[in-house]
Amino acid sequence: MRLREYPQITMAHGGGGQLGADLVTDLFLPAFGAAALDAELTDAAVLAVGDGGPYRTAFTTDAHVVKPLFFPGGNIGTLAVNGTVNDLAMVGAQPIALATAFVIEEGFELRLLDQIARSMGRAAKAANVRLVTGDTKVVEAGHGDGVYITTSGIGAVPVDLRVAPDRIQPGDCIIVSGPVGRHGIAVMSQREGLEFGTTITSDCAPLGAVTADLIAAGIEVHAMRDLTRGGLLAGLCELADAADVGLAIELGDVPVPDPVRAACSFLGLDPLSVANEGTFVVFVPASEADKVLAVMNSHPDTCKPAVIGTVVADHPASVVGRTSLGGRRVLVRPMGEQLPRIC
Amino acid sequence: MKYLDEFADPDIAKRLLTQIREITTQSWRVMEVCGGQTHAIITNGIDELLPDTISLVHGPGCPVCVTPLEMIDRALAIAALDEVIFCSFGDMLRVPGSASDLFAVRAGGGDVRIVYSPLDALALAEENPDRDVVFFGVGFETTAPANAMAVQAAFERGIDNFSMLVSHVLVPPAIASIMASERSQVDAFLAAGHVCTVMGMRQYERLVDDHGVPIVVTGFEPLDVLEGIRRAIIQLEAGRAELDNAYERAVTQEGNVLAQELLERVFEPVDRAWRGIGTIGESGWKLRDAYAAFDAERRFSVDHITTVEPSACRAGEVLQGLLKPNDCEAFGTTCTPRSPLGAPMVSSEGACAAYYQRDALTMRARS
Repeated sequence: MRLREYPQITMAHGGGGQLGADLVTDLFLPAFGAAALDAELTDAAVLAVGDGGPYRTAFTTDAHVVKPLFFPGGNIGTLAVNGTVNDLAMVGAQPIALATAFVIEEGFELRLLDQIARSMGRAAKAANVRLVTGDTKVVEAGHGDGVYITTSGIGAVPVDLRVAPDRIQPGDCIIVSGPVGRHGIAVMSQREGLEFGTTITSDCAPLGAVTADLIAAGIEVHAMRDLTRGGLLAGLCELADAADVGLAIELGDVPVPDPVRAACSFLGLDPLSVANEGTFVVFVPASEADKVLAVMNSHPDTCKPAVIGTVVADHPASVVGRTSLGGRRVLVRPMGEQLPRIC
Repeated sequence: MKYLDEFADPDIAKRLLTQIREITTQSWRVMEVCGGQTHAIITNGIDELLPDTISLVHGPGCPVCVTPLEMIDRALAIAALDEVIFCSFGDMLRVPGSASDLFAVRAGGGDVRIVYSPLDALALAEENPDRDVVFFGVGFETTAPANAMAVQAAFERGIDNFSMLVSHVLVPPAIASIMASERSQVDAFLAAGHVCTVMGMRQYERLVDDHGVPIVVTGFEPLDVLEGIRRAIIQLEAGRAELDNAYERAVTQEGNVLAQELLERVFEPVDRAWRGIGTIGESGWKLRDAYAAFDAERRFSVDHITTVEPSACRAGEVLQGLLKPNDCEAFGTTCTPRSPLGAPMVSSEGACAAYYQRDALTMRARS
């Protein structure tokens, strides 16, 4: 048997890497057949629903599983709201409403559930989105990690706005909204009881306000992607593939907080592949870069932007980093979840 | 931040590269022994910054690559047992065995857990007295002291549901084996700094004398690697073969004597098979008889292990610097990162995977 021909689902299929992408293209899409012919493999689908007037509808869903349920900077509830809000924001939508589904394990403490639900209420208020419907299921003890939350959301996209990977063009400037790697390391440190001098908090935050301002400022936004599972690397590789362009990244310009770098160096992880929950990349014509930075800088609570590279015509579908030493590093999408290295 | 930035300074790196360029007059092949050094080279693009006349050869110091297939298959069999909690360092989970890997064993119901230290596995054993906790003790002289400490602690505290599947390998016999090969093309070695931090420098003096090859003890940050290369080239250009310590902030002549005493107490030398390379005499450690109760190999009788290595895979030759990855027939055809035949194609810093990405890029740029 070849390594990648797993007969069963492994944890690596859920790691935001190549294996997960294979699952969609090789299993789900063929199985769904004609029903999924126009499925968009982006953060959210944008649909014309009836006569939507000046808007089309963005629609997305996201299942949230996290261990531990509470971590520095958030919990599964804030994640469930912000994750879906951000998926809508990435296609240029103004988030409108979310549906929430809870799968709760028998024996889970109501006190904790209440805490999570209150966080969701606060997060929804902060993101200016309504929680309009939901569902609750309980599974037997031992068949869940406390609670899983799925949120589906709709948002409104102006009909004349199209933010999508195929709009990316050579010459575009690539801007990251803030330092990368905080969420993954915050969760991991909490789960494994690791300490790295200072507490690293998750970047979990809603991005609808900043993306709305980018669009309101009249900036020609080509594409956006929030850097969740698989981190910056997975996001960049997916976009390079989808747009069939080359991405040239100045690795020395990618902001990584010192404690994240220290933790990654200690654990043998690559900060560029660590998950974020409130950080995104945006692709715009180079002439718009300063405007993007100005808008992002007006949201200092969620953004601390940096220009990290440009889109090139060379090496289509590949992401190539220039290291701070001036060397070249081909950046590839991880296969599955990142694994700490032995040496 | 201290120790993060100071050994990655781009200006100093440029100076070192200029010096290397100035002193290099001939073609040299330098092997970095350790996977950690390979990682630093790939992630910083150091190989492309060197003059064309210097080739870096990725060596065998990668536990993921050299842990023998028979041992991986044994681990898979033990991990699949109902009573076992199988603990491993993360990157062993994706190492292909004959028919499976630890990810697949976990998916099939095996209790496989990633830990960061053998002591975490020991703690799991104490918390789960009704289960058998097995730690996969792989790696070189670097991971061995903590493994020895875990076994010693289990022994002293009578934690009898803990055991270790030991597959330790040692650097000096591997270097000797590479140099003894008539086909060897390695001109100098960058020895693994952390191995020497534990074991000291003595064993390497003999290697230099026996084989007349320069060995530079080298660290893992970008500047460490460049300085190691610079010092190796200085020796090669001058026709010298000496042992040089370019990792003085961590390595002493004696090494970590306390760790060595513990290793000596818990382990004894054993002939060890290296994946793709074959058996090298006294090139590994196994648990001494006094610790037999903690030896997973003896505790679990998982017989009937028949290993099947893809015959097209020439990873062993690659790891000895005898073959460039892209000269292998399977390279890029039947063997790709998505469908690897051997371990060096598995991880992104594996020698074969690194070549694959570069080649793919060159081809795309041309088309």
